Amino acid sequence: MTISNSIHVSSMSLLPSPCRKNTQSRGLGSFQDYMARSTAMKAAGLILALLIFTFFSLAASSSNNQIQILNAERRIDLSSHIVKVFLTLKVENVGTSPASEIFLAFPPSHADQLALVKAQAAIGKKKKKSYVHLDVNPTQLPDAPNGTKYFSISLLNPLSSGETATLEVLYILTHSLEPFPAEISQLESQLVYFRDSALILSPYHIKQQTTFIKTPSTKVESFTRLEPTKFAGRELKYGPYEDRPPYSFSPVIVHLENNSPFAVVEELLREVEISHWGNLQITEHYKLVHAGARHKGVFSRVDYQSRASVKGASSFKHLLASLPPRVHSVYYRDEIGNISSSHLRTDYRKSELEIEPRYPLFGGWKATFVIGYGLPLEDFLFESPDGKRYLNFSFGCPLAQTVVNKLTIKVVLPEGSKDPSAAVPYPVEQRLETKYSYLDVVGRTVLVLEKKNVVPEHITPFQVYYTFKPIFMLAEPLMLASVYFLFFMACVAYLQIDISIRK
Amino acid sequence: MAVTKTEPINSSSNKPSSSSVSMKSDLMSALSLKSLKLKTKQQELLIRVSILCLVYVLAFITRLFSVLRYESMIHEFDPYFNYRTTLFLTEKGFYEFWNWFDSESWYPLGRIIGGTLYPGLMVTAAIMYWGLRFLRFAVHIREVCVLTAPFFASNTTLVAYFFGKEIWDTGAGLVAAVLIAICPGYISRSVAGSYDNEGVAIFALLLTFYLFVKAVNTGSLAWGLGSALGYFYMVSAWGGYVFIINLIPLYVLVLLITGRYSMRLYVAYNSMYVLGMLLAMQIRFVGFQHVQSGEHMAAMGVFFLMQGFYFLGWVKHLLGDKKKFEALLRIIVTCAVGVGAIALGVGTASGYISPWTGRFYSLLDPTYAKDHIPIIASVSEHQPTAWSSFMFDFHILLFLFPAGLYFCFKRLSDATIFIVMYGLTSMYFAGVMVRLILVATPAVCLISAIAVSATIKNLTTLLRTKSKVSQTGSTKGASGGKGSSKALPDQSQPFQRNGAIALLFGAFYLLSRYAIHCTWVTSEAYSSPSIVLAARGAHGNRVIFDDYREAYYWLRQNTPADAKVMSWWDYGYQITAMGNRTVIVDNNTWNNTHIATVGRAMSSYEDEAYEIMRSLDVNYVLVVFGGVTGYSSDDINKFLWMVRIGGGVFPVIKEPDYLVNGEYRVDKGAAPKMLNCLMYKLSYYRFGELVTEYGKPPGYDRARGVEIGNKDIKLEHLEEAFTTSNWIVRIYKVKPPNNRW
Repeated sequence: MTISNSIHVSSMSLLPSPCRKNTQSRGLGSFQDYMARSTAMKAAGLILALLIFTFFSLAASSSNNQIQILNAERRIDLSSHIVKVFLTLKVENVGTSPASEIFLAFPPSHADQLALVKAQAAIGKKKKKSYVHLDVNPTQLPDAPNGTKYFSISLLNPLSSGETATLEVLYILTHSLEPFPAEISQLESQLVYFRDSALILSPYHIKQQTTFIKTPSTKVESFTRLEPTKFAGRELKYGPYEDRPPYSFSPVIVHLENNSPFAVVEELLREVEISHWGNLQITEHYKLVHAGARHKGVFSRVDYQSRASVKGASSFKHLLASLPPRVHSVYYRDEIGNISSSHLRTDYRKSELEIEPRYPLFGGWKATFVIGYGLPLEDFLFESPDGKRYLNFSFGCPLAQTVVNKLTIKVVLPEGSKDPSAAVPYPVEQRLETKYSYLDVVGRTVLVLEKKNVVPEHITPFQVYYTFKPIFMLAEPLMLASVYFLFFMACVAYLQIDISIRK
Repeated sequence: MAVTKTEPINSSSNKPSSSSVSMKSDLMSALSLKSLKLKTKQQELLIRVSILCLVYVLAFITRLFSVLRYESMIHEFDPYFNYRTTLFLTEKGFYEFWNWFDSESWYPLGRIIGGTLYPGLMVTAAIMYWGLRFLRFAVHIREVCVLTAPFFASNTTLVAYFFGKEIWDTGAGLVAAVLIAICPGYISRSVAGSYDNEGVAIFALLLTFYLFVKAVNTGSLAWGLGSALGYFYMVSAWGGYVFIINLIPLYVLVLLITGRYSMRLYVAYNSMYVLGMLLAMQIRFVGFQHVQSGEHMAAMGVFFLMQGFYFLGWVKHLLGDKKKFEALLRIIVTCAVGVGAIALGVGTASGYISPWTGRFYSLLDPTYAKDHIPIIASVSEHQPTAWSSFMFDFHILLFLFPAGLYFCFKRLSDATIFIVMYGLTSMYFAGVMVRLILVATPAVCLISAIAVSATIKNLTTLLRTKSKVSQTGSTKGASGGKGSSKALPDQSQPFQRNGAIALLFGAFYLLSRYAIHCTWVTSEAYSSPSIVLAARGAHGNRVIFDDYREAYYWLRQNTPADAKVMSWWDYGYQITAMGNRTVIVDNNTWNNTHIATVGRAMSSYEDEAYEIMRSLDVNYVLVVFGGVTGYSSDDINKFLWMVRIGGGVFPVIKEPDYLVNGEYRVDKGAAPKMLNCLMYKLSYYRFGELVTEYGKPPGYDRARGVEIGNKDIKLEHLEEAFTTSNWIVRIYKVKPPNNRW
């Protein structure tokens, strides 16, 4: 269902904007049935497909009118540089036909900053509430005003007419706090702009809505007012606003203090090397940058030394990487050698590596480094029922509270493995490479996964499947042994054979 | 429970294994019986090969202290340049390397790297790296560079063995191999991470000498060619090749004078000199020096002398008449000397033959550098050697050396004459400059090995033989060598035997002391990378000061890629290698004026220095400061040399301005110019606010143990850009000029 949907969506963008309105609800119903039943649709002729897409788009646009949001509550958490937005929507189907999808709208400025959208539905009454994860897919709507971006939430059971459902949505924005002033000195604290709309952008009519913005400190320079607006403690409240039509938008700017570490990894390369002799070697190359307001002028060690929390408030020094348990041979270094400021704590559940870059990072300062460690293979490598082996490893960046602009994971399979395939819960780019490591003859297959804009919430397991014959494990020891054997044979031969020409 | 369970299993499993062991031991005993039947010669070979293998391994692993204690890293200053160029070579290939113009150093002059370095070390490391890569060993080039010196030290032990065998016997060779494997004088320049020219050069030096002696002994053209190749490798690796090209002619001359001239010598020297010279000219940095530089003229003179000698012998053979020959000889010698003198005079006058360089002069006259070339005198390793450092680096070898000389004179041959000359000349140079102890080390080890080997051999033969009469000569020799001969003159055999046993124990005791001393020196003195400083904390824990790398990495990451950094030349190589930034001067020190300009800037007032820095396009200034940690080799302690070198070119800078009554001080009583010069300001900027030690006033300098004299330092044209966590490195940014309007 979702797969065919996404096919629709992607093809639809190629179509000229089709005519809208004057649709009949019967057509929709028959269309839905048709889709549910038929998988032969993919093979249908072009004309038929065109016809169906037209129908679909008509249906989609019409569905805007049949859904309304009774109550929307939005909580924006600005306490770190990763902006988390929790959206609770109570939706009602006021139309006549059942609706299977709910659309979320985002202004185009948020489109690039959006790292993750997750949705879940609350099921059951108050006491026995449980949550079910829902699929969210980027989509496009034909009548999007001003380049609005959409995500569609696929409901588990289509919402029939008159029913209500509660949806909880979490979306995460990165790079959405703009430092202002853009350059600060060591003694100043960092102020940022946050831009959003006081009214939730939505293709639906919203009966009542409230937005809460949680700030990291009580210090807020200014904020746009749109009555009723209230600022108390560390919370800024917009609303409640009643009865707003679809696509209502009211831009607000909040200028606030945020001294949390703006740790951004511009590029992270994680290399996972599988050795069937029992080790999983991880090497992680970081390019870390402080993405907050740029440091200007003097860096004074006296000031920093005396009261780092005040005279250097915008800087950060400590980073925490959470590694799997039973980690061993951990190292932390860069191009010019070992960095001695790190601590490793291990227990049976997890390992924590506390690292400090060589120097505190002020705005715009960079640090590149490498973390490497080994893991016992049996914790991560399994055999699937069909005889394939698979690696089960966590996706994402182990550093806490960091954004990764570009994450590359390279899974180096042992020499001689075949048919690699990856199962990743997010859309990623994949390609294959070959790497030569110790004593390799044909080289190792490397499966490369790439994803942009990764946040800690992306840390979930992914799998890489491949086939491997254990006999290949012996190739390299045998090679070494035979070389030694040949060497000694050559020595013996040299000592035994008289090759002098003098007699 | 678990124990009771495992026990029977163990015992049951033990039984078959023990039976198999007994079976095996049967087999082994059969084998060993067989092996016992090995001829004595074969046994000796086996023992010798295994000793050599052990020494080979020992020489390698004794140099790994720093890797185990710190990390696999490049040490000190020059090795960073070598590492950087090796990196370039492996990345860009040989031709790019050969034609490399480095714009990152000596800004704005730059440096033609390919033409101003000895490429032997880099090429060696790169070839090893490529070889390992080809065999699919995924090593990093840094690991190769770090382990190059220990690897070549191991190879040196092999050469020492063969050399010792050539000049004395296999026993002396083995002892020489052991002695040189752990000798501190050599270890000081060849620990893991000390990726410097000397690491491979000592190997090349000894190899050249060995092959040359072999050529002299055999008269074989092949060995002569071998020594020419060894010389070529030496020339490509280190400027110390000048020692070879002067020692060998000297040796030939001595042989000529002592009447040991032979056809073997003729073949060996001519093949070595001609081929070696032609090969050496292929190194761009050396070029035509072999025919143009005064330092190489001795070799050429001896070459012509040899031809003349041979020619005369031929003429003498033809003439057969003594009087005629003497008359001819007189004419020829006069003519030859005249022509030679005129050629030399014309060559020198016309500038075709360059005069001796300052470094060469300072070798012949230890006081020369102090008076004329402050930049050579300012380097600590160019200072004359103290007795203590001889003792430190040679230990018992210092006493065995004269004993060995005695043995050499007792059994004089072409080979022993060579080693005696090598030993004596290199000992002289070792006395002139600390760093040249390195060159003397192989000779000292070889000669001492002769002493040890001959003594022990004499003593053991004494123990073995029954007859006493035939042994007196050798025991006397041995006792003379040991310098304690009181026990021996007695002729009664049991007493003599006891004396020999006692002496043997004494020798073993001394040698074991030597081994202990060497290990101790290696671990304590020569295995610190000097980039990372380690100290003991208050609770006995190890405190690491990694400030250098902190600063260099900060430069690398947070300054514009084209930023120019001014610092004293000591740190130039490190800044370009680790910080990847352009420097004004570095450890190459080829341009004294440029260094003097930096010295002048450091010792001027801020506004004058600003003008100089503007003219040099400087963006950042880096100073090393030990006032917080008590690190004594910082820029304030080096500052007088900056003044001297700066003043040597720019008379505006006068050393007395910085001294008070000839005393150098930084506290309140310091000279006013001292308290306000750039170096002082940059080192102590805002230091007056800091309490470094409990119970001392703020601004207490722990490196010099005084409270600083100027606590209120204001900077006008510079601003603090970065200071490392222990204040060891401080970086300042040069502000752009103020707007005029």
